[in-house]
Amino acid sequence: MIHTDILIIGAGPVGMFTVFEAGLLKLRCHLIDALPQAGGQCSEIYPKKPIYDIPAFPEVLAGDLIHNLAAQIKPFEPGYTLGERAETIEKQEDGHFIVTTNRGTKHKAPIVFIAGGLGSFEPRKPPIENIASYEDHGVEYIIRDPEFYRNKRVVISGGGDSALDWSIFLVDIASEVSLVHRRNDFRGALDSVEKVVELTKSGKINLITEAEVKEIHGDGHLSSVTIEHKTEGSFVKECDHFIPLFGLSPKLGPIGNWGLDIEKNAIKVNNALDYSTNIPGVYAIGDVNTYPGKLKLILCGFHEATIAVQYAYKLINPGKKYVMKYTTVGGVEGFDGTKKVAKKSEIIKINIEPKIPALEV
Amino acid sequence: MSDITLHITDREGKQHQVLAPIDMAMNLMEVIRSYELAPEGTIGVCGGMAMCASCQCYITSDHELSAMGDDEDIMLAEAFHVEDNSRLGCQIPITEQLDGLILELAPE
Repeated sequence: MIHTDILIIGAGPVGMFTVFEAGLLKLRCHLIDALPQAGGQCSEIYPKKPIYDIPAFPEVLAGDLIHNLAAQIKPFEPGYTLGERAETIEKQEDGHFIVTTNRGTKHKAPIVFIAGGLGSFEPRKPPIENIASYEDHGVEYIIRDPEFYRNKRVVISGGGDSALDWSIFLVDIASEVSLVHRRNDFRGALDSVEKVVELTKSGKINLITEAEVKEIHGDGHLSSVTIEHKTEGSFVKECDHFIPLFGLSPKLGPIGNWGLDIEKNAIKVNNALDYSTNIPGVYAIGDVNTYPGKLKLILCGFHEATIAVQYAYKLINPGKKYVMKYTTVGGVEGFDGTKKVAKKSEIIKINIEPKIPALEV
Repeated sequence: MSDITLHITDREGKQHQVLAPIDMAMNLMEVIRSYELAPEGTIGVCGGMAMCASCQCYITSDHELSAMGDDEDIMLAEAFHVEDNSRLGCQIPITEQLDGLILELAPE
């Protein structure tokens, strides 16, 4: 069981900045995210794209923003549970919450902040009839353990980096690798594309372009797929596994079943005060929340996090006095023993006798 | 003229006739969102970077559209339910030439 003061669901920019604001109030944080790295959409979708509306940054790449946030919150020693999706929340008799992930990791905290953005990133599933019934019976959207495919016949579809890279990787493991892509061109890294072409020429990858997997067949377990070629028509390909790799898309997911007020795929909060949800002790900040006039901007999420943390402090420390202090005045004292403070202003004495003009009589 | 008329069929098959300003640097995806013709969170997920295809639509009138860029072309190569007349709404700026455009939102 992981214990913390504020459990943050979603390790995007807003969740990360919460760690800083909480740290100033001596509150410790732990972040959960379904993605294997921190940064949310900024890292997963557009790390190389510029953002122009972060105050005082005329331009910053999304990836750099995350890099800077990670450095800014490091002194407050946030904990991370990455690659796991927050699945359930249970309120305990002592008023604390236990949040359990899909991998069974348990977290206990008096306060939960949902900073889930547009939701957790889930694999995009191709619209093939009955595909759901073959999931984990020959259809996998994520490769967890490549050894699983040893001496198996594998069909991969997709045209991005993961489709290319896994096709290359599985050549030495699987007995047969077919890569099906709708186009004749790939958007992956150049050397991956070249490698696939090379492996195709040497007969190690069975590359089928301008084609799509349209049907899947089997008796309980996948045994073949029907591939439709743009001009040549359809044919059946026998295989043990079909791995569609079409990237990820965000879904609100299990949070939608936590008893929170949901409106327009977002969590309703009290924006007049503290960004609290209808469950006392649970706050929602950033893109995941909604209120009149809501703007889904990183800078608005930073503001919401800062406000909500002040109220979380009051819930954790009822009656304990505190007033907000400027970091310029109070400095930043990390849990790791580091301390940043503004330099004292230097006072320089001058040794010159003052000249006083003689009084005129 | 500062507004053009668009004819949009939503994902439930319902038809809408809407006005879109041409002087606000909007794109088709943003117009659809501004009229809430698809639920928030199901359209324009990436914000308009041609990186999610949640704003895919089928253009059914014969208007001349802005040429498809590489980003859009590549995203459509990975998207589902793609037809020959598929475009990403976020890559189509609203201009005077689009007056009377007829389109249909692709399934989610």
